[in-house]
Amino acid sequence: MTAITQPDPALTSRLEAARAEAGQPLSREEVADIIREVIGTMEGDISALDLQVYNELEALARYIQSARVEIAAIRPDEIREDHIPKATDELDAVVGATEDATGRILDAAEQIQTIAEGLDQPAQGQLIDLVTGIFEACNFQDITGQRISKVVRTLKHIETKIDVLIQALGEEVERAKIHSEANREPKPASDEDLLNGPQLPAAANGQDEIDRLLAGLD
Amino acid sequence: MAVDMSMPILIVDDYKTMLRIIRNLLKQLGFENVDEATDGSAALHKLREKNYGLVISDWNMEPMTGLQLLREVRADAKLKNLPFIMITAESKTENVIAAREAGVNNYIVKPFNADTLKQKLTAVLGSF
Repeated sequence: MTAITQPDPALTSRLEAARAEAGQPLSREEVADIIREVIGTMEGDISALDLQVYNELEALARYIQSARVEIAAIRPDEIREDHIPKATDELDAVVGATEDATGRILDAAEQIQTIAEGLDQPAQGQLIDLVTGIFEACNFQDITGQRISKVVRTLKHIETKIDVLIQALGEEVERAKIHSEANREPKPASDEDLLNGPQLPAAANGQDEIDRLLAGLD
Repeated sequence: MAVDMSMPILIVDDYKTMLRIIRNLLKQLGFENVDEATDGSAALHKLREKNYGLVISDWNMEPMTGLQLLREVRADAKLKNLPFIMITAESKTENVIAAREAGVNNYIVKPFNADTLKQKLTAVLGSF
């Protein structure tokens, strides 16, 4: 009788070869098949210890498979394809809107400054002080823009990590996607579904379009 | 020696809004001869074309950063003594040390106000 204290070399070698051939982690069923195959080739009686190791390996394979299915059910593909692109688009829209608003505030401040230069004191000094305050306050646009850029970079980093996760999970993700879409029942939009917040500029209806839409509903 | 209020000043920032703010604040302080560049390499080109009295530069720009611009300026025989103020949101100690080691004359952290700008200009150029 040979006590098994280390993984059996034949089993290790067979598992590595199968993993290399598949190019991805093996499923629980595949691991179990290989274990059966290797045990079948063993000579002599299989000891109680062998069986215990086999059972533990099988339990481990079941646990890994279950974890893969649970992670796939979270739909990491949806996070990559839907949630992260939406978040970055929203942040880009914030940067664009604040840049536009700041530009218009500065336009007005510069015009006030020009008018102030034609006035006598103390009005001129008072107006220039106020305009200076506006210029100083507009610093925020640079700072918020840089902060938002940092958040976008972090989101891109998360996206890369999720890509790796999706590749590792492979078919489980595809199965979870099909399952989720098959079980999605069409339902009428609730009040909550209507709360989408501001639309991105490219997708938003302008006031003219809203007016036409309303007129069409009369 | 009195500060030459008509000296050309080059301001460098990739945010057009920030260029407008700095230009306007400089104008209120009496400096109206102001040129702009939106990154280090464009700034370096302008510095080699015209005699400026001061550079006020952002740090975080592409393709050439403000720190790289500063190093280029200090390595250039004709530009090496040009007063250079960094104006940036990079406020870590190591940033300030790196800028000082590269030869910056003064350092303003964004967001800044008109008083800070005036103080730093005075420290670099003298009273005006």
